[in-house]
Amino acid sequence: MKTGIVVFPGTNRERDMAQAFRVVSGKAPQMLWHQQDNVDGLDLIVLPGGFSFGDYLRSGAMAAHSPIMQAVRRFAEKGGYVLGVCNGFQILTEAQMLPGALLRNAGMRFLSQDCHLKVEGRDSIFTSGWKHGDVFRAPMAHGDGNYTAAPDMLDRLEGEGRVAFRYCTAEGHVKDSDEHVNMNGSARSIAGVLSENRRVCGLMPHPENLTEEILGGTDGLPLFTGIMEALG
Amino acid sequence: MKIRVFVSLKDGVLDPQGKAVEHALHSLGFKGASDVRISRVVDLHVKADNAEEAKAKGAEMARALLANEVIEDFHVEVAG
Repeated sequence: MKTGIVVFPGTNRERDMAQAFRVVSGKAPQMLWHQQDNVDGLDLIVLPGGFSFGDYLRSGAMAAHSPIMQAVRRFAEKGGYVLGVCNGFQILTEAQMLPGALLRNAGMRFLSQDCHLKVEGRDSIFTSGWKHGDVFRAPMAHGDGNYTAAPDMLDRLEGEGRVAFRYCTAEGHVKDSDEHVNMNGSARSIAGVLSENRRVCGLMPHPENLTEEILGGTDGLPLFTGIMEALG
Repeated sequence: MKIRVFVSLKDGVLDPQGKAVEHALHSLGFKGASDVRISRVVDLHVKADNAEEAKAKGAEMARALLANEVIEDFHVEVAG
């Protein structure tokens, strides 16, 4: 499996992401600078977390129009796999490669803490490392994670099994209107979604930051083992 | 020609910033303040022969970058 990690000015989680892939594959992903427009030979492109272009205008808006995103779009249109975490998820929605948008957290606070996620996505390499309905812990660190989309789009995402992850309690209970569970106020507690062909996935929390015991646990590891098993 | 692009959240989209400002206004004694919404104004110059053309260029830029039409509405005015 050949993985590329896109680095924009202001990206800051690219090394955490690279380390997570190194843990499961033994190989270091390739770093891709935002000004390049060639992504040939890759199996997976990852947009990591951070504050690309200082979150100017809207989180992810400037990055979504950078040269590399034209190449990422063509890559995805040809069936390539793309993962966006945190700012990467915001960039994918701004590029309209995933539906919806991420608004300011409902409580206005930047949230830097652990959350729990329920695995709900179906038929996707990004959820195949878990069993449907599994619950895992993941760190989150964002100010704009409040997922929103038109009600008919939300219905569609749910109906097609394209809600990849939902915020929940440690026991797996989803509580949309409980600010201690759905901490950023996301519509229907949605933490991550899949594209129509299920090959593009975006989520706000950071599974890459719980992939080794020295980091405090391996709860996020199945994301990477699932990808690894599918793409070799 | 100078134009002004107004970008605001669509009706029904929650505006946590507006809510926080509303609470602050209430605590300052402005009890009647309600429905506070925060918008963005982008001022810029465009090359255009007339107002219509300037507005059309502003709208094109809004659709491409300045607004996210999933959550925001926009309108363009010629500022003279």
